[in-house]
Amino acid sequence: MDVTVMSMLPLLLEGAKVTVLVAVLSGIVAFAAAVTAGLCKLSRWWVVRTATAVYVEVFRGTSLLVQLFWLYFALPFLGVELPKLLAAVLAVGLNYGAYGSEIVRSSILAVPKGQWEAAIALNMTPYERMTRIIFPQAFLRMLPPFGNLMIELIKSTSLVYFITLADLTYQAMLLRNNYYPMTPYIFSLLLLFYFVMAYTVSLCTRWVERKAAAGRM
Amino acid sequence: MWNWEYSLQILPELLIALRMTITATVGGFALACVGGLLLALAARSRRKPLALAAKVLTEFVRNTPLLVQIFLLYYSLPLMTNISLSAFTVGMIGLGLHYSTYLSEVYRSGIEAIPKGQWEAATALNFSKARTWFSIVLPQAIPPIVPVMGNYLIVMFKETPILSAITLVELLLTAKNIASVSYRVFEPYTMVGILFLLISFPASLLVRRLEIKLNRQRGL
Repeated sequence: MDVTVMSMLPLLLEGAKVTVLVAVLSGIVAFAAAVTAGLCKLSRWWVVRTATAVYVEVFRGTSLLVQLFWLYFALPFLGVELPKLLAAVLAVGLNYGAYGSEIVRSSILAVPKGQWEAAIALNMTPYERMTRIIFPQAFLRMLPPFGNLMIELIKSTSLVYFITLADLTYQAMLLRNNYYPMTPYIFSLLLLFYFVMAYTVSLCTRWVERKAAAGRM
Repeated sequence: MWNWEYSLQILPELLIALRMTITATVGGFALACVGGLLLALAARSRRKPLALAAKVLTEFVRNTPLLVQIFLLYYSLPLMTNISLSAFTVGMIGLGLHYSTYLSEVYRSGIEAIPKGQWEAATALNFSKARTWFSIVLPQAIPPIVPVMGNYLIVMFKETPILSAITLVELLLTAKNIASVSYRVFEPYTMVGILFLLISFPASLLVRRLEIKLNRQRGL
């Protein structure tokens, strides 16, 4: 067989770039959504809490692939047409943001009560209290679960193949069209690609955790 | 914009597809429960190669996408062997294999929570290994992890649309087929979302209640 791994690599690396791009962008969206929703769930106003609960339950209760289809194929019927990349990033980001909001909420609640009381005693404004005392401590608790969430997120980016975004999976399917008998080989290589990415993230989170926890916990 | 008449008209077809989605979920979950237990037991085995193999398999499967695993199973089995399985069978095996690695972690946490005294008591009573596991360890390890397993059942349910990629006619693919005939996309996809929500939201509330109840029983 004249096709080797070497000849497949360029195309797969091209796809890997798109996968990394989608993962990074939707990771940012997910983190922002998680922090916002996590804080809103602790809000004093029931309207804010309810609206957040609706967002979280809708995105957690329906399937990511369904959300992706809805954003990309159904939304244009409401007059909103999103480019592929934006639809992908929004679907993945908002989906994982909904899961992440629970992490943020529980981490904030896990900060010892004395810390809240001390901040109040020092006459800090609620904003100062959150940004200077509570959140930095809660953030340390968020790291391990967020690392796991990021791995799930990377894996889920394979779904953007469905809206024909040229990610890793999409490129592998193209390769498969050309070299059909090598299918098992191509998919194994593809799994290896994803594994390397996900494993890198898990090693990185472990490293960041150690760094961040040094002298603190 | 939203056509009620059309929505009601396509509802029966979607409900039939929902049954397929649920069947695939339940079948996959049953496989994952058994596979997860086997993986958890293998990882604790005293035979080092077996334990290592279980751990490596778990890490690899957990860190790669279900979609690609299903593609690999579905498209390469017929090429490598003479076996050609239906989309439904491959879908169930794929879901089952993928989630058995998650469930093995859940079993592990349940098993590790069993106090050491229980193992020692089993040894003192001269129980065989199998009897230790099935009469002492598992009956205590499994009840507390039921809510976590329930959560994974819901997660699996939400993953089934992926199986549409290998032409399993579940909810999403049915909606897609309806849309391609009628050229009305908005209602089918929205209805699919609503159907998912109608099942998974009450289910997750039930799991939460079960969790609270179990914690109370254990005095937590």
